[in-house]
Amino acid sequence: MSVAAPTAQKHETSKILSALASTERPEPPGPISTSFTFGWRALLKIKHVPEQLVDVTIFPIMFTLLFTFLFGGALAGSTVEYVQFLLPGILVQGVIMITMYTGTTLRTDIEKGVFDRFRSLPIWRPSALVGMLLGDAARFTISALVTITLGLILGWRPQGGPVGVALGVLLLLVFAFSLGWVWTFLSLVLRTSNAIMGVSMLVITPLTFGSNIFVDPSTMPGWLQAFVEVNPVSHLVTAVRALMGGTDPGNGIVLTLVSSAALVAVFGSLTMWRYRDPR
Amino acid sequence: MTDLAIETHGLVKVFGSTRAVDGVDLAIPRGGVHGFLGPNGAGKTTTIRMLATLSTPDGGTARVLGRDVVREADEVRRRVSLTGQFASVDEDLTGRENLRLIGRLFGYTGPGATRRANELLEAFGLAEAGDRQVKKYSGGMRRRIDIAASIVVTPELLFLDEPTTGLDPRSRNEVWDIIRAMVGSGTTVLLTTQYLDEADQLADRISVIDSGKVIAEGTSSELKASVGSGSLHVRVMDPADRAAAQQILVRELGVEVREGVDPAALDASVDSSTVVTRALGSLDAAGITLAQFALGQPTLDEVFLALTGHTAEPEQSETEEDAA
Ligand SMILES: Nc1ncnc2c1ncn2[C@@H]1O[C@H](COP(=O)(O)OP(=O)(O)O)[C@@H](O)[C@H]1O
Ligand SMILES: [Mg+2]
Repeated sequence: MSVAAPTAQKHETSKILSALASTERPEPPGPISTSFTFGWRALLKIKHVPEQLVDVTIFPIMFTLLFTFLFGGALAGSTVEYVQFLLPGILVQGVIMITMYTGTTLRTDIEKGVFDRFRSLPIWRPSALVGMLLGDAARFTISALVTITLGLILGWRPQGGPVGVALGVLLLLVFAFSLGWVWTFLSLVLRTSNAIMGVSMLVITPLTFGSNIFVDPSTMPGWLQAFVEVNPVSHLVTAVRALMGGTDPGNGIVLTLVSSAALVAVFGSLTMWRYRDPR
Repeated sequence: MTDLAIETHGLVKVFGSTRAVDGVDLAIPRGGVHGFLGPNGAGKTTTIRMLATLSTPDGGTARVLGRDVVREADEVRRRVSLTGQFASVDEDLTGRENLRLIGRLFGYTGPGATRRANELLEAFGLAEAGDRQVKKYSGGMRRRIDIAASIVVTPELLFLDEPTTGLDPRSRNEVWDIIRAMVGSGTTVLLTTQYLDEADQLADRISVIDSGKVIAEGTSSELKASVGSGSLHVRVMDPADRAAAQQILVRELGVEVREGVDPAALDASVDSSTVVTRALGSLDAAGITLAQFALGQPTLDEVFLALTGHTAEPEQSETEEDAA
């Protein structure tokens, strides 16, 4: 950097003055525009810190291989048969596990102080968080693509075809975006990344394992069946499975959209309430 | 409409049992730099965060540029900008990306935001570093990109929270120059600092804050005058003359004259410079030659000591020399 010689300094000062003289006040952007701008920020962060993509690739590979070969022989007789059942579910499981990182990422951002600047801008308040969740959708998509590719290699043959698979992923992304508000809220209430991780695991474990991801609930005891029945993840898995398998999804799609809307309404509001004064 | 940039009445913020801000009344006019001087933990950051709408007051009212910070928070956000005490840009992004991000959020189009980013990088001497991640910047460069991010759209009022804490003297001078340039362009700056010389150098008026309360207010000279004395320091050419010189000074100044550690030095607190002129004349008449004499105003440090009973220097003073 240039040494601050008196003349160089004068020069700089005049440039600062002319930069300040700008009276340009562009038209304030709308909520969608600012949300996408924050989504762009999330993508830039992935570009600069590609290590963020390790979890979205390792998790799904690990889960898919582990559960296919762990349960495949016992539950369905063969792994190829089991993977037909498991893959849509494990896709959901992988993405839901990864949504947890949203909370810790936000906590880090808030601690570093950059959210102070975002909160001091005259923009639609939720857009920084919406944008962050939109950026996360890119990571979730990568996770889904990895799982799907691995599934195809293992012999998964979705009868719904590419369109069915794409629709299934889309529905999953909608749900993941909505679930993200639970983690944003937690990260504004809990003060450390460890606490956020702990509570997130506590929520995620029953949501994913207490569902129809791994086995048909008809083999479960009554009390567990009751839980699986009301678990929104079960409805999501049912819908994704049907879309990808080319069968009738029944009310799975509607139920998933309803629970997504409910998550945004409740945890989105709670998040924004905490976001006003987040320390 | 009011002409005040900042007006608060009984502003309060409580954290648990800590009254971080405990009834602050401010009336700060538009234009120039207003200094907010106080030691670590005095409540400067907490006050600024309330004024910048980042946290809600627990009591009292605050109007910034005539708008209430709670009820008209959006209006306030449109007009002010904050450079926080800690990083207020995204360290993972490059300097240029940070400025483009803020530009887009203010409504610049893609090319418009890029143009503005380039203009600011150039003005702040960061053109070469523009494509490096901010986490790789030096302390001084970070402060500059922080300040640049605050003026992507020129604010009417800029909050600068300890902009030079932890900087080396050269970077500190650079930040001072930037602040002077901003004031020259008509922006009002509220500057917090723990450094007495910084407030002295930059601020038109100073509020001294301690334990969440404003304990004094005025120009730097007014604050010094309120402590009531300057200091006279003389060194005689021949140490043998010191006793005689001391007698003369006591007689002429009518105050206590202390012997310095240096065997030729004498120190005294004085109220006006006219008696000093007379005293120096008497020394001359008595044939005592002086090697050196200096008449100084009290430092703000002495002011702080007089006002609060303790000094304002941070507990563990940074390895920093006075940059002035
Ligand atoms: N988020 C917080 N939670 C609890 N105490 C806080 C918080 N922020 C500040 N404080 C306390 O409030 C007081 C004032 O802090 P601060 O405004 O940061 O002082 P300054 O900026 O003058 O150094 C300190 O005692 C500090 O410990
Ligand atoms: Mg502070």
